[in-house]
Amino acid sequence: MPTTTDTATRPRAVARRGGPPLSGPLSQEQLAQALAHDLDAAFEALVRSEQDLLFGLALRSTGDRGAAEEVAQDALVRAYRALAAYPPERIRELRPRAWLVRITLNLCRNHARHRRARPVAAPLEAALERPAPLVQGPEPTTLRREAALEWERRLAALPGPYRAAVELRHVQGLSYAEAAEALDRPVNTVKTHVHRGLALLRATLPEHER
Amino acid sequence: MSDPFLAELATLRTPAPSDLAPTVLLRVGLADEYLRLDSPVGPVFVAYNGRGVSASGPAFVDDAEARFEAGFRERFGRPIRPARRPQPRLVGAIERGLAEGRGRGLHFDLRLAGPFAREVLATALRIPRGEVRPYGWVAREVGHPRAMRAVGTALAHNPMPLLIPCHRVVRSDGLIGAYAWGSPVKRSLLRTEGLDPEAFELAAQHGLRYLGSDTTHIVCLPSCRHARRITPQHQVPFHDLAEAARAGYRPCRDCRP
Repeated sequence: MPTTTDTATRPRAVARRGGPPLSGPLSQEQLAQALAHDLDAAFEALVRSEQDLLFGLALRSTGDRGAAEEVAQDALVRAYRALAAYPPERIRELRPRAWLVRITLNLCRNHARHRRARPVAAPLEAALERPAPLVQGPEPTTLRREAALEWERRLAALPGPYRAAVELRHVQGLSYAEAAEALDRPVNTVKTHVHRGLALLRATLPEHER
Repeated sequence: MSDPFLAELATLRTPAPSDLAPTVLLRVGLADEYLRLDSPVGPVFVAYNGRGVSASGPAFVDDAEARFEAGFRERFGRPIRPARRPQPRLVGAIERGLAEGRGRGLHFDLRLAGPFAREVLATALRIPRGEVRPYGWVAREVGHPRAMRAVGTALAHNPMPLLIPCHRVVRSDGLIGAYAWGSPVKRSLLRTEGLDPEAFELAAQHGLRYLGSDTTHIVCLPSCRHARRITPQHQVPFHDLAEAARAGYRPCRDCRP
């Protein structure tokens, strides 16, 4: 949610032009319906619903906040332009989150191809610089950040397909169906990758934490 | 799977920066930003989004920001805020447009304007600096020679004065006429562009609507740059084109009187 009090960025009720205003978290189906009905009125809701997810994926992939912001923006702008050209029936069939994730992962791959390889650890520290910790726990902020960094390192050490599957399913909370669509793989493959990825992660933990 | 293990993974989510959504909406044209820039008539606001320049407004009035923002939201139904990270190239192009009194090379967001209004505004955009045209001329150019009132209305609703130079359209009786930012601003603008509004009106009152050159036998509107180059001894004033035609003069191909 935006922290600014600027009236221009306060979430507006969408669907100005006919239909009830949409507010609160929307299901993927509701989003698809709203976008099919009136793209311009519903697009902001889509952006606010999915921006954290897309930014998070891009951040983990690029290791750079500026690049991640660009990639997430580009993904959403591409999505808008594509939606503007789709007939309503096609939009209604969309699973917006999975579709957006796919666009974002493609852009991340393009970005990686055009950049030199970077060491993983250093950018992660910079990338995790943020004003407030996401989880308010009993531990102080720096301990929380250290723990997060450690998990990011473990995640980054996984083989590519396992990392992607675990990230989508357990970091970002996509369903197996959504993850399969986003990764363009069969659901069973994604399930296998998640299980193997988690097993590898657990193997890297100290005995008492498994 | 132990729950705390999976819970750890879920904490790796990061919120998007607060500026991400507004920037996306700006880029696709669902929200606008505005700049405060100098112009020949003083500071002005210029709004834009990913589709182009969307509006301009005077910054030299009381409560300028509030009035501009409220007026924009009222008219266009989109959120607007001061520009955060304006692109230098866009700023440069807008500044040049303001200095010249028309935004050539700028994209304009005229999505709410109908086809007639767009034609009218596109025609106004073609009027060179230092020249003026009557409403009737614009009406003819857009193929509706009798639609002078509609032309006037379309120009009065010009969303971006200065960048689309509706100030260069004058009344057919030769008087300078009204302007969205006030008639004095219109006259002042024309003066900075090299036109003498008072002399222009005086000549029109004396029935001077057209000016010919007895060396080229071409007849122009008085503010046409070709007409302004005619030396006084070669100037031939006409009241109407029929008179000019009878004297063997043909209409200028640039100002198309």
